[in-house]
Amino acid sequence: MEEIIKEVVIGEQEEYVINMGPQHPSTHGVLRLVVSLKGEIVKNVEPHIGYIHRGIEKMCESITYTQIIHLTDRMDYLSAMMNNEAVCLAVEKALEVEIPDRIKIIRTIMSELSRIQSHQLFWASFGMDLGGQTCFFYGLRDREKVLDIFEETTGGRMIVSYNCPGGLMYDIHPNFRKRVKEFIKYFRGVLWEYDAILTGNVIFRERSIGIGTLSLEDAISYGITGPSGRASGFSCDIRKHEPYSAYDRVQFNEVLYNEGDTYHRYLARIEEMRESMSIIDQLIDNIPEGPYFVKMKPVIKLPEGEYFQRVETARGELDVFIISDGNKNPYRVKFRSPNFVNLGVLNHITKDFKIADLIAIAGSLDFVIPDIDR
Amino acid sequence: MLLNTITNTLVTLSDPWWKVFYDFSSLTKGIDEGLRSSLSPFWAVTVEMVIIGILFLLFYAVIGLFLVYAERKVCAFIQNRLGPNRIGPYGIFQTVADLIKLLFKELIPIKNADSFLFNLAPYIVIIVNFMVLAAIPFAKGLHAIDFNIGIFYVIAVSSMSVIGVLLAGWSSNSKYSLIGAMRSGAQIVSYELSIGLAIITVVILAGSLQLSEIVEAQRTGWFIFKGHVPAFIAFVIYIISGTAETNRGPFDMAEAESELTAGYHTEYSGIKFAFFYLAEYINMFIVASIASTLFLGGWMPFHVGNWEAFNRVMDIIPPFFWYIGKTFFVIYLIMLFKWTFPRLRIDQLLTLEWKYLLPINLVNVLIMAFLVLMGWHF
Amino acid sequence: MDKTQLGDFVKSLKPDATVIEGKQYTEVTVADTDLHSLAKKLRESEETWLDFLVCLTGVDYGDNFGVIYHLKSTKHGHMIVLKTRTSEREKPVLNSVCDIWKGAEFHEREVFDLLGVKFNNHPDLRRLFLDSSWGFPLRKDYVDDINIVSK
Repeated sequence: MEEIIKEVVIGEQEEYVINMGPQHPSTHGVLRLVVSLKGEIVKNVEPHIGYIHRGIEKMCESITYTQIIHLTDRMDYLSAMMNNEAVCLAVEKALEVEIPDRIKIIRTIMSELSRIQSHQLFWASFGMDLGGQTCFFYGLRDREKVLDIFEETTGGRMIVSYNCPGGLMYDIHPNFRKRVKEFIKYFRGVLWEYDAILTGNVIFRERSIGIGTLSLEDAISYGITGPSGRASGFSCDIRKHEPYSAYDRVQFNEVLYNEGDTYHRYLARIEEMRESMSIIDQLIDNIPEGPYFVKMKPVIKLPEGEYFQRVETARGELDVFIISDGNKNPYRVKFRSPNFVNLGVLNHITKDFKIADLIAIAGSLDFVIPDIDR
Repeated sequence: MLLNTITNTLVTLSDPWWKVFYDFSSLTKGIDEGLRSSLSPFWAVTVEMVIIGILFLLFYAVIGLFLVYAERKVCAFIQNRLGPNRIGPYGIFQTVADLIKLLFKELIPIKNADSFLFNLAPYIVIIVNFMVLAAIPFAKGLHAIDFNIGIFYVIAVSSMSVIGVLLAGWSSNSKYSLIGAMRSGAQIVSYELSIGLAIITVVILAGSLQLSEIVEAQRTGWFIFKGHVPAFIAFVIYIISGTAETNRGPFDMAEAESELTAGYHTEYSGIKFAFFYLAEYINMFIVASIASTLFLGGWMPFHVGNWEAFNRVMDIIPPFFWYIGKTFFVIYLIMLFKWTFPRLRIDQLLTLEWKYLLPINLVNVLIMAFLVLMGWHF
Repeated sequence: MDKTQLGDFVKSLKPDATVIEGKQYTEVTVADTDLHSLAKKLRESEETWLDFLVCLTGVDYGDNFGVIYHLKSTKHGHMIVLKTRTSEREKPVLNSVCDIWKGAEFHEREVFDLLGVKFNNHPDLRRLFLDSSWGFPLRKDYVDDINIVSK
């Protein structure tokens, strides 16, 4: 009897498989999602990655530590400053180099500026994922201003390679303080527009509240860090828990929510921009004079051992794990990139939502594909 | 024969030639009589149809290109950009250049697609557009056909465009297209109800289905003012469901570029894609012109009760410009929606229709009928 | 718990585990067969509560492969490094920890993809970045014919 019933509802088991990507407007790069649908409802999402896998970890084994810095720019290109910093901190920790305050403070300011521009781009593209294309231009308009500051000091806009083991590549530009202050003043003035266009919009709230809810247990179990994890109440801000650079001398709040849905992942990023601005405010007038680098040996050789450095990038926790055998090349370098781990949760939280929600959820996890593939 | 027509036309224009801009009926009548006096009735009608066809084709192309340009400028204005500014002054020839590009692009045949239906779909959409345009009163006497069931005809014909969309999605043998087409089907079928009921509200007020009479009934005041709150509610509902009918943001579920790349026309290229693209804009134009005809008085100038002097000043502006002005105002509203709001989800879209708009609309029709019965409108 | 207490606690759970305490984090080396049971105990016992798998690294040690787990407790804030090695190089096999930390699924697929270490009981062990005809690039004996990157 049961078998007959099963035959009648044969449509129940049939899946409509669509291939999102590698070229798709809202996978933010060459991410391919094989989505099984039942009608409009997502039953299973299987990420296929590796389209821009460059083998950065393998490449690192044959180059020197200074050269590794330039590869890290190419991982999460929106958090290039933080990626640089992670490797530098690991190397400096291994060599037990004392870093002057000036460098620490400049690194912190640069990291926070990176965080702001990354979240601006998140806001821009998230709005576009939900169909509000105007957001994209507002986001990019403000992001240009940060990139201009980067360009003036580092010569690069996204691929900056600014930190190096022992300090910074160049000293800050004489205009740096002035322009950062101008930017903060300007951005405080326009941040309300972000809320006016998207946060308060009824359609946006309907589309995001209660969508793709991630519980605290799952967030920890899956290791979801960054704003995405903190929206679920997972206190995972490395800046608070294991302060590096100048984070131990600034006051800021760790943005935490308990809901864990798409809306709060979005909100966490908007709030983080405010926190980042307050961090920069506290530091920008206190950059001491002094050298911008510590003299290091021309060829850096790390003593034999294992070095683990955790850094908070715009998307979550980036860990650099260096195993050295005492040579000028590392024996093994592992980058625990936040996006790679965050991707693992996608199938879990999109189940039984609709296609449109899949786009919203994937957008709210804020993937940067080169960081997933490395 | 040609001479005869021209003389006949000129005779009707014997009073100041610019009078024709205020009443096209003398011109059209002149042409008609000229043709009929020199040709058999069959050929006269044939020639007239050819003339109208050519005029509509021209109008279609010009309006389509202009609307594409206008949308790009409006969205640029909202997004802090300049928009097209390279080809011609203020970039006004940008869309012409785009059209030329699309004309020269390769028509990519899709393997395993149902090629007959695949090629047919864009034409269905276009033909439906033309059929609706035929019934629209552009100015006094400027009408292709003045049906006595004009507005009914418009509703009936405009809902046929969903067939084109469904065919396009079904025949292209692409999964994205199929989802887009199915969404579009559900959407248009649902919102057809709201549009119909919103129009019925006006028909009750006007007491006629004939578009020219509906416009004539607004001589003493546009229906949006005449019909108190119910007419305004009907107007708002009409604009919302009209936007949904034309598959434009925030209801562009059928295309939903961030979800389905381009929805039902994903697989189309070149001029076939351009047909869909143009049809979308013409649809918007049609929705806007119906809105202006029904609620904003069509080509009727802005008249207030018995302020004779004011009304005479308003009459100076030719009806055609009134019509175009109102239509573009509505188009601007629709564009504003698209560029400010995020997209709805398909279930929210249907919820909006079936749970909110439809009940409101039904009550609205009742109230309007009551108002008309009691004679409480202006 | 501080580093010494953690070390002692692990010793009490698995007496034959090697514990090194002088480093950045407490390092525990266990045999591949004991790994899963120790990990489960560390995850579940109230004193350690290591519920966050920070990082999972596969290393080629020449004779065999090592897998290194960085674990953190979100409740107590301490961290521990769990190390294990496969018994052989030819058919490296370990037990999966996917049932303990869900996030391990992608990490283990990555290790499988780049080093060729198999994980028992993994729900979906397939290549992640590369296709199946590729070798295992993070192995030290991997030879790239096109781009010469050998050290």
